[in-house]
Amino acid sequence: MVGEVKPATLAAHIRKELRSASAPSFVLDISVEVPSGITILFGPSGAGKSTLLDCVAGLTRPEGGRIALDGDALFDSASGIELPPQERRIAYVFQTLALFPHLSAEENVAYGLLDLPVLERESRVADILGAFRVEKLRKQKPGDISGGEKQRIALARSLVTEPRVLLLDEPLTGLDAELKSAIVDDLRSWNAARRIPILYVTHSREEVDALGERVIALENGRVVSTGAPMDVLDAPRRKRLAQAAGFENLLDGTVLDLREADGVMRVRLGETACEIEVPLGYAAVGNRVRVAIRAGDILLAAEQPRGLSARNVLEGRIASLEQRGAMVIARVECGVTFVAHVTPGAVRALELTVGRKVWLVLKTHSCHVVE
Amino acid sequence: MDALLLSFKLAACVSAILMIVGMPVAYWLAYSSWRGKFLLESVVALPLVLPPTVLGFYALIAMGPRGPLGKLWIALFGHGMAFTFAGLVFASVLYSFPFAVQPLMVSFEGVDRKLLHASAVLGAGSLRTFWRVILPLSFPGVVTALVLSFAHTLGEFGVVLMVGGNLAGVTRTVSIDIYDHVQSLEYGAANRMALVLMAISFGVLGLVYAVNRRVWTPWSAK
Repeated sequence: MVGEVKPATLAAHIRKELRSASAPSFVLDISVEVPSGITILFGPSGAGKSTLLDCVAGLTRPEGGRIALDGDALFDSASGIELPPQERRIAYVFQTLALFPHLSAEENVAYGLLDLPVLERESRVADILGAFRVEKLRKQKPGDISGGEKQRIALARSLVTEPRVLLLDEPLTGLDAELKSAIVDDLRSWNAARRIPILYVTHSREEVDALGERVIALENGRVVSTGAPMDVLDAPRRKRLAQAAGFENLLDGTVLDLREADGVMRVRLGETACEIEVPLGYAAVGNRVRVAIRAGDILLAAEQPRGLSARNVLEGRIASLEQRGAMVIARVECGVTFVAHVTPGAVRALELTVGRKVWLVLKTHSCHVVE
Repeated sequence: MDALLLSFKLAACVSAILMIVGMPVAYWLAYSSWRGKFLLESVVALPLVLPPTVLGFYALIAMGPRGPLGKLWIALFGHGMAFTFAGLVFASVLYSFPFAVQPLMVSFEGVDRKLLHASAVLGAGSLRTFWRVILPLSFPGVVTALVLSFAHTLGEFGVVLMVGGNLAGVTRTVSIDIYDHVQSLEYGAANRMALVLMAISFGVLGLVYAVNRRVWTPWSAK
């Protein structure tokens, strides 16, 4: 079954109006192509990510458009095709996982295989529970299983049916980074032989970096950009996307001067003496601008650095250090507060402590003018 | 004792029929998005507010030799339907209908829609989803429906009197029997029957509330 599989592409061009009593109605109007492998659907909540998945799975009917897997139409408003979800062979892992609470892990996984002969069903269930390393939980009910293991079982339940497309709606929220990457590795190795399109919804920048092959950024029901994670997320054009894209530092400033020959401008941050050089934007001297900088793009130095190509070196003091998984979040006070990500090893090597004097190093092109 | 046995037989038949007829109706009421659904909901709830005599009266007319049901019955079995056990079952099914349908409907509606979606994308049609997901998760509602329709049928009086009359061993149920004893001033016999009925009703309601409070559940509640 696995051998004959050739890479497929899911194409969806749909329009769907969403009316809701609580939120203003909006229109999902998008056209996306999802090749085999993991494509990330990224955007703030309410952007229409889950609605797109529901349309692809057949749980919601779009007003118009076409959803097809290679040439095979799943939905086509022009020719009146609408396959019910049961016939689409699309797997869907919900944010809430939706494991059946009254069935054991094994029965949950077997649910999609009820039409198979018992022996084949049992062997496939055993295989997939093994592949996702949850075979020891097979007799347990979801209520007695921990978060990460429930997520593995939900994945196993969806994948055991040999779907043609996999939809994942924030399936790994609430897990720590290590567990997340272990599950993603299992998912990648499962898909290595099958090469089906996987559409992975998230609003976490961290997950985009971990999974990153291709990203489709969605905002207010429209595709705002598509491409590799770096291209899509590192050039924010709008504040909301910048925040969603994990630009931990969003700083207001005033343009001091423009150096058009060098393609840069100087910006004073807030009302402080803190000045940085940023790429030239559409701004005039005296304009208010907002600068977005990723915490991971800021270097910390224990001594004043010299002979650097980076144009921005700011002196400050460490206001706080907070360990988060394999990462330390440092807040540095330089008149304005910067957030920088460093590794625990760097904290030890530089002997970083709260109150210590440090220098921040920022490349000009790590500073993005947002507005 | 005949009367008690008859009442149990009637209640058992009625509850069984109500489960079979009530489930599709409850399913439709729970999941249909038809705007006129409230009309059927009102019809289902009608026996809750109507005097049993009104319902009994119309049931009797329908089952009579000139009523549609009565004619059909005569054509099929060669005798009338009124004042028979079958007639009693029919009228009781109507009368206890809301007691079966409403708890079923409420518990069907309570099943997480995401589970139904999960079932659908895993390839299960509505029937499989119903048997394997909705019904097991509606267990307390099913017990409530079963027990309430049983208990309600056991205790009914007006409808039985209207359509069944008072034929010993055929339509004389406990409640009629108690009424008879009181009419003939046999208070001791009336009291025995009344006590039995009260004890059964209490036991049955205790069971319903215990199930709904999840004193016992077939799966872990976490």
